[in-house]
Amino acid sequence: MAGDRRATAGNVIAQRDVEKVFRADELSAVAIAGTAGIGLEIVRLFQVELEHYEKLEGRTLSLEGKANRLAALIRGNLGMAMQGLVVVPLLAGFDEERAGGRIFSYDAAGGRYEERDFHSIGSGSVFARGALKKLWRPGLSAEDAALVCVQALYDAADDDSATGGPDLIRRIFPVVAEVTADGFRRLPDEEVGAVAQSVVDGRFDSPGGPTAPLR
Amino acid sequence: MSMPFYVSPEQQMKDKADYARKGIARGRSVVVLQYDDGILFVADNPSRALHKISEIYDRIAFAAVGKYNEFENLRLGGVRYADVNGYTYDRRDVTARGLANLYAQTLGTIFTETNKPYEVELVVAEVGDTEASDQIYRLTFDGSVADEHGYVAMGGQADAVAEALKARFEEGMSLSAALRAAVQSLEAQDSDRHLEAKALEVAVLDRNREHRLFRRLPAVRIEELLGDSAG
Repeated sequence: MAGDRRATAGNVIAQRDVEKVFRADELSAVAIAGTAGIGLEIVRLFQVELEHYEKLEGRTLSLEGKANRLAALIRGNLGMAMQGLVVVPLLAGFDEERAGGRIFSYDAAGGRYEERDFHSIGSGSVFARGALKKLWRPGLSAEDAALVCVQALYDAADDDSATGGPDLIRRIFPVVAEVTADGFRRLPDEEVGAVAQSVVDGRFDSPGGPTAPLR
Repeated sequence: MSMPFYVSPEQQMKDKADYARKGIARGRSVVVLQYDDGILFVADNPSRALHKISEIYDRIAFAAVGKYNEFENLRLGGVRYADVNGYTYDRRDVTARGLANLYAQTLGTIFTETNKPYEVELVVAEVGDTEASDQIYRLTFDGSVADEHGYVAMGGQADAVAEALKARFEEGMSLSAALRAAVQSLEAQDSDRHLEAKALEVAVLDRNREHRLFRRLPAVRIEELLGDSAG
């Protein structure tokens, strides 16, 4: 899971180093798009609720349980969403029962939808999804998956004014996190920096990014 | 017509205290001690599901002896208190001192205002950045709090265990040395008691970890540690 670092207030870039991808618990990650204040609050509550359940019951929630809980939190924001303060999360986690990763997306009313293979949310998500469609393939390694994410974010930033690209001047890179059976890991800045650098370098030769074979 | 007997408050309190002490002494012991990287909790408890040692918050853990339903009730209250406070304010605003106060109030009220006191004894411990800033609070059934340093033994034959622990405890012990001292002390409950890794519940608050410092040690790791220190 990866997210760019831009926050906007109207046409102004409000912050260049905001974080939109979070550790939900040891085996899941959550990202937000939309109204930042509400999104951050929902993430905070979600994190506490997962930990609270874990401590009370002595076991972690099932991934479905986490997905449902997040749906309820988003549904609780429906009133605010109707007034324009929409927030939409993305949940990805390792399902211990199925021994594999799963992705859940949401609508503003709290509808929960399981996605296959990949998904994107936010203002630049249409462009990111186009890139993901061409770059994703089954059996990607963790390293390659991170590269695919950064490529997709680059394409989103290329065409969407509210998505920030990798900032090589200020050394501000996307937040990239992986969740495996061993737990949540946020990639350190050096690692993402190297990936971002290679993506930017590649774009000098091919501004549209890697080309897919036509036939 | 029968006359109600007069029982003096002194007698009433004494009876309640005796009752609670008896209940606590019936079970098995738990020890809590400091080691170089944090705080170690060891319980003579073969159950993998019914814990006597639990995580409360990032740096805080809980150990209890006595009646399961009673201390489980207190544990749940503690987790709720910690999570609500951490969410309302900030994670660093949840402290063992605050939690110990809450438990003291609860236990004190139950002891004085109900007929049956809780038959429990608790330890609330918070690991600090250094050994000097570790905090260990011991709470008894009547709500009294003691600020302990080094080690605590409670439940079952607590005096015998504390005696054995006193002889073995040293400041700045390694994890394996501390675990060995704890297990040997727990074996002092009975003359012929021998504790295997499977019969132990062991957990640590390790100051070198990140975020949530509480961790249970699986039987394999316990065996390894006990083996280490034997050599």
